[in-house]
Amino acid sequence: MSVLVKSLTLGAAASLMISLAASAANEIPSGTAYDLGRAATVDEIAGWDVDIAPDGSGAPVGQGTPAEGEEIYMVQCAYCHGEFGEGLERYPVLFGGEDTLDSENPVKTPGSYWPYASTLFDYIHRAMPFGQAQTLTDDQVYALTAYLLYINFVIDDEDFVLSNTNLGAIEMPNREGFIPDNRPDAQPAEVCMARCDVPTTVVGRARIIDVTPDNDDDAPALVLE
Amino acid sequence: MKTTSQAPTSGAGSRASGPPSSRARRQFLRTGAGVAAGAAATVAGGAVLGHAGGAAAAGSAPAADPAHMPPNVPWWTQYLGDGVAAAPYGSPSPYEAHVVRRHVSWLTATTESSVNFTPIQDLHGFVTPNGLCFERHHGGVTEVNPADYRLMINGLVDTPMIFTLEDILRFPNESRFYFLECAANSGMEWRGAQLNGVQYTHGMIHCVQYTGVPLRVILDQVGVKPNGKWLMAEGADSAGMHRTIPLEKALDDAMLAFAMNGEMLRPANGYPLRLVLPGWEGNMWVKWIRRIEVGDQPWFTREETSKYTDLLADGKARYFTWEMDAKSVITGPCPEKPVLHKGVNQIKGLAWSGRGKVKEVHVSLDGGRNWMQARLPDPVLPKCLTCFNAEFEWNGEEVLLQSRVVDDTGYVQPTMRALQTVRGVNSIYHNNAIQTWLVNKSGEVENVRLG
Repeated sequence: MSVLVKSLTLGAAASLMISLAASAANEIPSGTAYDLGRAATVDEIAGWDVDIAPDGSGAPVGQGTPAEGEEIYMVQCAYCHGEFGEGLERYPVLFGGEDTLDSENPVKTPGSYWPYASTLFDYIHRAMPFGQAQTLTDDQVYALTAYLLYINFVIDDEDFVLSNTNLGAIEMPNREGFIPDNRPDAQPAEVCMARCDVPTTVVGRARIIDVTPDNDDDAPALVLE
Repeated sequence: MKTTSQAPTSGAGSRASGPPSSRARRQFLRTGAGVAAGAAATVAGGAVLGHAGGAAAAGSAPAADPAHMPPNVPWWTQYLGDGVAAAPYGSPSPYEAHVVRRHVSWLTATTESSVNFTPIQDLHGFVTPNGLCFERHHGGVTEVNPADYRLMINGLVDTPMIFTLEDILRFPNESRFYFLECAANSGMEWRGAQLNGVQYTHGMIHCVQYTGVPLRVILDQVGVKPNGKWLMAEGADSAGMHRTIPLEKALDDAMLAFAMNGEMLRPANGYPLRLVLPGWEGNMWVKWIRRIEVGDQPWFTREETSKYTDLLADGKARYFTWEMDAKSVITGPCPEKPVLHKGVNQIKGLAWSGRGKVKEVHVSLDGGRNWMQARLPDPVLPKCLTCFNAEFEWNGEEVLLQSRVVDDTGYVQPTMRALQTVRGVNSIYHNNAIQTWLVNKSGEVENVRLG
């Protein structure tokens, strides 16, 4: 049994002495209230509580259209993502990739992969432009989100008004493309220790691929942003 | 008879002129001792690639200076070394300058949203030194003044609260050893053997002792409402890194850590406070954590939908793949550490499981046809790196080295073929396949794929 013995020592300026009883487990107990921290104010929470749920809850009041978003995109985004969202250098590609997920070279974009439109607004607002996070207005973020949905053929009208009232209702093409983790997987029938029937022919060699640093030319890119 | 080796600076060898200054000694290390230091640098250069100069350049011992060998007395036995005021925060020996984190420039568009690799081939035991822990940032290293640090907890709680770092440090705390592995560790190897170095194939991992407050203790202060089932942890970095965490994990072994290996967190590792989720993929261990929100549904953030989901061959993707499956790798011999001697050689390596303890590790010399038990000589802790070693006699023939771990849930580290059969080759994340090193007849070691 977890035993916290609180005893008030009168002589020591009413200091509260907390001592562990001899029988107490070494583990830190749950359920103890400490007089630490303070209540957060509504204003404080409003300033930091920027996340948006898939149903759009948490989205700030505002609106924007693809047409408005295109202008903002060219100024704020095209430098890295390309004028057409094609992704310069190794920056993320923002359009296309439909019907590639089961192919040799899947292209994961908002249109081909992202399950929720809310995530676009949330991410652009919290992290973009890269290195200038949280500098765009809410209306600008709605416009950019609308533009990305437009170039991915999720919405067809360049004057469609995306807002906090309809963000959660946008249906993304790959909404049903995800399944829960079903590991453990790939397990052998038994743990073989001797004369195991496994192929031992060398069929691939890192030296021939030759992309270890200092051999950067023609290196393949891993999409890790 | 014995002689005295050459002193570092002219005249410094005579008693009359006194011992060399530490500056002179450093100069000597840089230039005068070119034999040793230069050789060390060569080792570093060769070790990086493993394919530059083969065994001779990659791992041979630096040439010794006869003047420092017995019966001669080397200069360091004669003269005073640095005093206690020389290095208020110590550094490794200059001869260990090659033991550093490295990154792969072609991997990402920028270094701010990128990853580097722990030099596991040069480390010993299961604790990673703080300065060598691999880094993975999504918006660069955030520098937070602890006086300005605040942790906010809001959402489905009785009382939304704000804590200062001082508040956090006044809660009861505990210290635990845990590994942290990036979900993308070995992610470049899905289609074939690609990077020729264990630092690059397996170096997105580190293991330190974290000190912090159990997350459940902090949650007790705000009072999670009955419908609060999920947490969202959010960083103060410019990526606003945020991930959904189930409440069960928060109440199990999650921590809010402020220290690693005895000192406050390094900025690169989340100073002054980070989330610790033992056994789970590294990106969820939100650094510079500024806010935890309690909710009744998952958030499906960018980092748990567009990233850190595992695309399967049929085009479907697994989401919420939190646990790191059991994995092991031989860290010597490896491409950076060739086999230099015929006769007895030591195999050393690391094993781990995000679901519990390492139960046993097997080592093969013939590509997985026959296996022997490796020793686990050090403490075996749950969700912590575990050292293994074994001996083998090398007679100059080709050897196909592999290791395989079994954890205490009975999970067996799979072959790449088994993984590919279930997942295809486009998952990026969670590659925990058995690694093969080919030792060729000259002792060089290469990352190869068997089939």
